Amino acid sequence: MTSLTVFALSGAGLVGIGFFGLLAARHLLRRVVAFNLLGSGLFLYFGAAGGRGGTVDPVPQALIITGIVVALAATALAVGLVVAQARAAGRASLPEEEDVA
Amino acid sequence: MNLAIDLALCALILGIAVAVVAGRGVFRAIVFFIVYGLLVAVGWVRLGAVDVALAEAAIGAGLTGVLLLAAHGRLMRAGAGSDISGPPIWAAALSGAALAGLLAWAWFALPLPERPGPELAAAMPRAGVGNPVTAVLLNFRAWDTLLESIILLAALIGLWMLTHDAHWRAPLGLRQHANPEGVMAGFGRVLPPVGLLVGIWLVWTGADNPGGAFQGGTVLAAVGLVAAMAGLFRPPRIGARGWHLALVAGPAVFLLAGLAGALLAGGFLTLPEAAAKPMILGIEIALAVSIAVTLALLVLGPPEPEKTP
Repeated sequence: MTSLTVFALSGAGLVGIGFFGLLAARHLLRRVVAFNLLGSGLFLYFGAAGGRGGTVDPVPQALIITGIVVALAATALAVGLVVAQARAAGRASLPEEEDVA
Repeated sequence: MNLAIDLALCALILGIAVAVVAGRGVFRAIVFFIVYGLLVAVGWVRLGAVDVALAEAAIGAGLTGVLLLAAHGRLMRAGAGSDISGPPIWAAALSGAALAGLLAWAWFALPLPERPGPELAAAMPRAGVGNPVTAVLLNFRAWDTLLESIILLAALIGLWMLTHDAHWRAPLGLRQHANPEGVMAGFGRVLPPVGLLVGIWLVWTGADNPGGAFQGGTVLAAVGLVAAMAGLFRPPRIGARGWHLALVAGPAVFLLAGLAGALLAGGFLTLPEAAAKPMILGIEIALAVSIAVTLALLVLGPPEPEKTP
């Protein structure tokens, strides 16, 4: 059990936790937070995988930095949509999910 | 000893992630998420990826946290800020566990990769910069970074399209009030000069040390946000031409460098070896300016002037 395995397994766990949060949260802002958890867990998994070759591999690190920035841009757009939806409907949840008990 | 630190850190990260997802309350989830982001940044340092740690702390924990907190404030004002609870969805928990299990199995089942091929080590001295991550981002895989800078613009335009027609000419974001004697105004006096120095240093030193355009640009965006929130300057309007120039400077300079590479070195975005370092620095400076402005405007949001009573 090396350090890399610990981080990879944590990344896998975070992907599972984030995926659960994405499906199970009813408040839209919590879904956005869970989506970010999912993304950063995946980056951890990928970063640990990139360190397996012995020497530090800069290509996965560069791709992860790109991923972090794009995740922020997507989160900003998602948050804008959530706020617009909440202002239009009065609730931060999707209309098709409101009659599910 | 190292393994014990990593085990403890990962246990903490997983515990806080469970608190984010399973706790009650939207505000609590956001605050836990910010803490989670900082712990993950420490995890990246443990993995030896300091550039990623800087990016995660600044963008993943910092800017995303500010974005979410501002959104929570807007939702509270719209009456939608409280959490919505319901019965637990077991199918979601099972599928999440299955996904985690699959990824864990894949980790042990994947074959070990070959070391980063000798081509990368041989090409590094010719890259023009000493930091391998910067070399990959701005030289070897510059195409990805160019597209990324354009994606940031696309997200900003998408956000602006959510504006009401009547508010199109108003300044961006909510109207900021800061008590002149208060803490926010104090921050507005102290933090911008410090942040400016740190941000410019991060961009400059990214050539040979951990740092770079994204990390430095994010710090500069944060400086802009603090200044706007402390009332030091009014956020721009959507139609402001000077700000449009700052927004497109990064992708434009990048595209020009790519075309110059096509003319001088035989391939789009192929930087000629002799001019690699100055070209990379020029691209980085323009990119940092664009990233700072784009990220700050992304966090400020669409124009939302207060309704006149």
